[in-house]
Order: sequence, then C-alpha cells, then structure tokens
Amino acid sequence: MSPAPAVDIKTLTIDGKEVSARAGQTILEVARENSIAIPTLCHLDGLSDVGACRLCMVEIAGTPKLFPACVATVEEGQVVTTSSDRLKKHRRTILELLFAERNHVCSVCVANGHCELQTLGQEQGLTHIRLPYRNPKLEIDGSHERFTLDQNRCILCTRCVRVCAEVEGAHIWDVMGRGIDSMVITDLHQPWGESACTRCGKCVQVCPTGALFDKSKVGSPHPKYPEFLPALQMMREQQ
Amino acid sequence: MNLEELKQIAASTRDEQAKFDHEINICMGTGCLSQHSDTIKDALTKAVAASGKNAFVRRTGCMGLCAAGPLLLLTNKGSEHEIVYDHVGPEHAEKIAAALGGAPVAELQCDLREHFESQVHVVLENSGHIDPEKIEDYIARDGYEGLVTAVTEMTPSEVIEQIMKSGLRGRGGGGYPTGLKWSTVAKAVGDPKYVVCNGDEGDPGAFMDRSVLESDPQRVLEGMALAAYAVGASRGFIYVRAEYPLAVSRLTAAIRDARRKGLLGNNICNSDFSFDVEIRLGAGAFVCGEETALIASIEGRRGTPKPRPPYPAVSGIWGKPTLINNVETFANVPPILRKGGEWFSGIGIGKSKGTKVFAITGKIANTGLVEVPMGIPLRQIIEGIGGGVPDGHTFKAVQTGGPSGGCIPAHLLDLNVSYESLIEVGSMMGSGGMIVMDDTSCMVNVAKFFIEFCMTESCGKCIPCRAGTAQLYTLLTRICEGEGTMDDLDLLVDLSATIKETSLCGLGQTAPNPVLSTLRYFRNEYIEHIEHKHCSAGVCAMSKAVEVTA
Ligand SMILES: Cc1cc2nc3c(=O)[nH]c(=O)nc-3n(C[C@H](O)[C@H](O)[C@H](O)COP(=O)(O)O)c2cc1C
Ligand code: FES
Repeated sequence: MSPAPAVDIKTLTIDGKEVSARAGQTILEVARENSIAIPTLCHLDGLSDVGACRLCMVEIAGTPKLFPACVATVEEGQVVTTSSDRLKKHRRTILELLFAERNHVCSVCVANGHCELQTLGQEQGLTHIRLPYRNPKLEIDGSHERFTLDQNRCILCTRCVRVCAEVEGAHIWDVMGRGIDSMVITDLHQPWGESACTRCGKCVQVCPTGALFDKSKVGSPHPKYPEFLPALQMMREQQ
Repeated sequence: MNLEELKQIAASTRDEQAKFDHEINICMGTGCLSQHSDTIKDALTKAVAASGKNAFVRRTGCMGLCAAGPLLLLTNKGSEHEIVYDHVGPEHAEKIAAALGGAPVAELQCDLREHFESQVHVVLENSGHIDPEKIEDYIARDGYEGLVTAVTEMTPSEVIEQIMKSGLRGRGGGGYPTGLKWSTVAKAVGDPKYVVCNGDEGDPGAFMDRSVLESDPQRVLEGMALAAYAVGASRGFIYVRAEYPLAVSRLTAAIRDARRKGLLGNNICNSDFSFDVEIRLGAGAFVCGEETALIASIEGRRGTPKPRPPYPAVSGIWGKPTLINNVETFANVPPILRKGGEWFSGIGIGKSKGTKVFAITGKIANTGLVEVPMGIPLRQIIEGIGGGVPDGHTFKAVQTGGPSGGCIPAHLLDLNVSYESLIEVGSMMGSGGMIVMDDTSCMVNVAKFFIEFCMTESCGKCIPCRAGTAQLYTLLTRICEGEGTMDDLDLLVDLSATIKETSLCGLGQTAPNPVLSTLRYFRNEYIEHIEHKHCSAGVCAMSKAVEVTA
C-alpha cells in the first residue's frame, strides 16, 4: 500500500483564534470553517473567484496593505484581522458606492428582504449615504419568457457570467463597456429572450440582488437558492 | 553570427560612414515628421548632390527637443562637435548644403547648450545618430555586442548577476528591481517561458517609450533577447498601442532585420538558445498597461486585471512563467551588459541608479524628451533643461507619474529626483511623464482632469475604482462649478482612502493621488472655490455661483 500523500498544513491566527489550514486554502475558506464571518458579495462557493467587490478585505500583520480574503491564500504564522475600525469604514464606503451607483430602491425591489446587498448594508451599520446618488437611466430587459434583467439593480459582481460559463457551459453572459459604463449583456448585446440562453435559471439563483429575477415571483417573496452550486459540484466530482 | 563577424559588420559600416566629410542627421520621429521633416530630407539630399559636397543625409529618430523641430544634427569629419539646427524647413536645404565645411548657418543654429549639455544619454545614446531601420547603424555603435558576448561566453546566471549589480529598476512605474524579477522568472518552473515588453504607454503626455521604439528599436530587441537568455525564455511579445503606427512599422522592420542577421530566431550565435519576438497591438486602453490586464489582452481576452499573487513571474501568459518589463527598462540592458553592472550603478543616487527619460510637456519652453541622471534636482530639469515657463508666467506645479501621480509645488523644486523622493512628496516616478503647470492652471481643475482620465480608463471590474473615481469626479465638478461645500473636502479624503487601499490594481490604488496631492499643497485653491466661489486662475466658470460681496 502506498503511503497517503503528505498534506501541507499551515497554522495561522485569525482574529486572535489559532486555526489550521491546508496549503492553498484561501483565508476566507479557513475563516468560515472556523465560524469567523467575513462579508462577501462577488464570492460564491462553487464559482471561481475574481476579487472584485473588495468587501472581504482583511489586514495581515506586518504589512499596511489589505488583502482580499477570497483570493489570498494562507501562510504559516500569518496573523489575520478580519474586522477593525479601518476595515469597517472601508466596507461601509464600498457599500455606499454600490448603493449610490445605480438605482437601489429596496421598497419597490422584487428582492426586498432577500437581497445580499440589503443584508450587508444592515449588517455593516450603513445608516445613510453621504455620496451623491448617480441615478443613471438604465434598461430593463423583459424579453425572456421566464426571467427579467433589471440593470438598475446590478452590482456587476459577475456571478451570472461565471455560473453560465463555468457551470452551465453556455456563456451567454458577459460584461461590455468599461468603468462606470460597464454593463452585463447577453450574447452579442442582444435581448435575453433572443439569446442562446438554455433557460436553466442558474444566473437568477446566484444573483445577489434583484437584477435578475423570475417573472413569476413578482409581487411575492423571491428568495434565491445559490446553495445548489456546491452540491452540484460535489455530485459532478463524484461521477 | 559570432563576435568576430559582428565586429566586422561594425567596422565595415563605420568605414563606409567615414568616407563622408559631413553627416547630416535629420529627425524623423513622430514630432518632427508631423512637421514634414521627410520633405526636408528629400530637399537636402538633392541640395547636397547639387552642391557637390561629400555629405551623407540620414533619417534618424527623435532628438528630444520636439518643441523646436524639425531638428537637424550635423557632424564634420574629424570633429566631435555637433551642430544642431532647429525649425528647419525644405527651403533651408540649399543654404545648409552651401555652409557645409564652413561656418554653420547662424540663423538656424540652436543655442540651447544647457538643454543638451546637462543630459546624460544611456537609453537615448543612439537616438538622433542612427537610422532606426538600419541594423548596421546600430551594430556600428556597438549594438548586439552585449547579446553575442552573453550567448557565447556567459551563463544565464552571470547575465542576471550583471543586472543585479547595476541596480536597474523597472522604468514602467513600479520601480521593481529588474535583477530580482529576472532571477524569479529564471527560477520559476514551466515551459515555455515568455518575455514581454510593455509598450502600452497610456499616460497622458508621455512619449518616452514611443520615442525609444521609433529611434532605436534594435536596442529594445537586444534587451529582450538578453532577458530571454537570462531567464530561459523562447518566445517574446512586444505589446505596443496601435496609436503608434511609426513605432510599429520600425519595430516590424527591426524584427525582420534581426532575424536575417541571426540575432533572433533559432540557434542564436550557433548556440542552443532560440528566441523570437511577435508584436501585439493594443487598442489604447490605459489599463492594458497593467501587467495582468496586458497578459489577458495578449491571450485575446478582455483586458481586466487579476488579483496577484500569482505573479506573472510564476503564472503569466497561458499560465506560464512570464517576464514583463517596460520598453525603457529593456533599453537599459544592452549597455549594462557591454559596460558592466558597476558602470551603470555609478550613475544616479541611493537606490535609484542610472538615468531616466522624461517627457516634458505643458507650460514649458522646451517641450520634448530629456534623459537625465537619477538624483538631478527637479529645478534643473524644469528651469535649466526645460527652459522654464514661457511667456512671462510663473511656475505653479509639475505633475509627475502620469494620471495617478501627484502635483509637486514650486517650493519643492530643489528635490533630487528618485523613486523614493517622489513618493515622499506624494507623487511618484511613474513612467516619466512631466506636465508643467503655471499660474493659468487651476489645481482643482487639474485634479478633475486626471480623475476624469482614471474614471474613463477604469476597467470597471472592482467597485472602489469603478464607482469611486466617478464619485470623485462628481465632487470635483461640483467644487469647480462653485457648488461645493467644505464637507465635500472631507468626503474627498475619505473616499480617496478607500479607493487607494481597496482597489484591485494599480490604477485604482493610485488614482486619488492627484486629488490628495493638490489638497495637500493647494488646499487654499479648493477653499477659494468653495467659500469665495472664485477661481483665481480664471479656469473654472463658476456658472452657478452667486456673486459674494463682502
Ligand atoms: C494602470 C496601469 C497602467 C500601466 N501602464 C504601463 C505602461 O503603459 N507601460 C509600462 O511599462 N508599465 C505600465 N504599468 C506597470 C506594469 O504593470 C508593470 O509593472 C511594468 O510593465 C513592469 O515593468 P518594469 O518592471 O520594467 O517597470 C502600468 C500599471 C498600471 C497599474
Ligand atoms: S468576495 Fe472577495 S472581493 Fe468580493
């Protein structure tokens, strides 16, 4: 019998708690295994990480720089802080930027009560927005028979892009434009209803806000179930 | 090709050139070409032939003093003395030809001695002296000696040692030690490895890299080949923006000629070292100069940055170890190999070795390109070499480091230029753009201009950069229109901190610099706009302001 392959184990400290991890694990993974909460928005278990929302930034002792926990990997002896005045302030400012960027009006949003952005705002103690609201005029694409894309609620986390490309294998979603004009689009910027969409609905389930929603849920609560992803991944790996 | 053959080419080219009594070099860089310096070359060639003088007319790259172009550089056999003519036109051809051998044409002679004499040319040593499309011209000035010697007589680690010793640091902005980067890529595991030359140069007002590529493309190729030999790479890419058509055509010619001479391609110098270079055109996105975005662009994907690590040295193009250096960084390499790392580290101060090429633009007499030793006082660059602010205006600030650098005020002009000193005053070396501003510039408006650039060039991937720069722009616009409040200043500082500390790539991490540095040195101008609804430079219209009477 051949010996089991050696596993490289690292020990580190997160928020004062000593934890162990396998080499190559991200700080976020290890923190969550140890019930230490780090806010995230673009990260989703089961999808590749892009490090785009910057809410998961943590401090590592010995450097003034901040690191995105979703992509930064663990190192031996690392001392990580996931919550400090500095981090809280940045997280609130980032949430402010998100709320002021497009038109996030919770009271009339289909995702009200089931929105990750809304929940994060509440959790992070966001009481008001100091920044001027940009109030852009944006489109709503209702051309799909089952789903709607409301650009007003999109935060460009690109979960839809990734789930469609990586899990469904259709890759109908992508981002066009740049900077503040960036926009998710279907196919070659064609109406969703005319695209090569497979109608699987995965993008709707992973969308953290009311940007992608199921038409049949309008007027009733619209919880989403992104937990299907890790389960699906596990099943595929077992095959 | 071996060293002997190379020296033979050099010698015969020099012999050929020595047959002429006079050499007339006419600048055909983008600046002078835009003033039709090609027609001057034609006229001169005819005039010289008609005059019966034994002179040789050559097209060259940029001579630096673009503001006074078209430029012409004249040398006489047996004399080291160089004569520069400025503002030359085809109508002067006959006069110039007639004066050869006698006293120079006084009315054309450029009298900016200080401009030329306080410069030290390492990167630009051949600019203005060789025909960029003749590989023999480059070889005649000791070109490719470094490469051929390295490949035939040195081990890769000996090459890296020389670069380490030289103290050369990246000229693309970050100032990362080049030797260290090379040794990391050399140690990285993966096959093939790639060498990439970053010629994206997207900073407003910068044209150092364009000029090097246009004036002396072989130097960049030699630098890349030396790097490839040192790190064990077999393929190279030069990423140049498509807005640089002349640089692209000269590079294309240079690559073809180097291949023909066996200095690129398979089994260089009959060794088992093979290396070839391909040009990749960028579509002019500033962010594509960022190394991870550049790699994505070369791979044919959307040019957005990725979190590092993994660094390109470990996982770059198609996941393979990749060395990325700037054009000017590579251009420094051949002379280091030829003259030794110690020679190079003898130039400069502290941890900033060698020279730096700056593109000086804005409110300055001698707009153009200069190369100065590190450690030179800023004042000497601006008042001496640059000729100061023209038209009786007074100097207010100089912006270094590109759109995300900082504005340095007059009282800091005695600063010795180095990577560290510029960061200390809230700016940075960047790639070498220098924009001079005088009393007609409003610093709030300047900050707004640079933030607008960063806003439109942000890739949009991470929120602090995407929405943060847009918010900074809105706040600054408000202040420029006389609608700002003192609270907006705190908001600017707060927002800047978040953008700097949480953005994904260097674009966002440095974007607030112009805002922070103008707030630091020119806070009074912000207050003037907010409290007195007045812009003393007269730039901001204050359209919505009400007249305030005391
Ligand atoms: C937004 C952004 C734009 C950049 N643009 C350039 C560029 O145009 N040219 C360049 O050489 N480096 C540029 N850089 C720096 C590169 O990422 C990289 O550090 C550099 O090419 C490395 O070469 P060096 O070590 O020789 O400086 C840019 C960086 C950022 C963040
Ligand atoms: S969760 Fe890490 S950057 Fe978004």
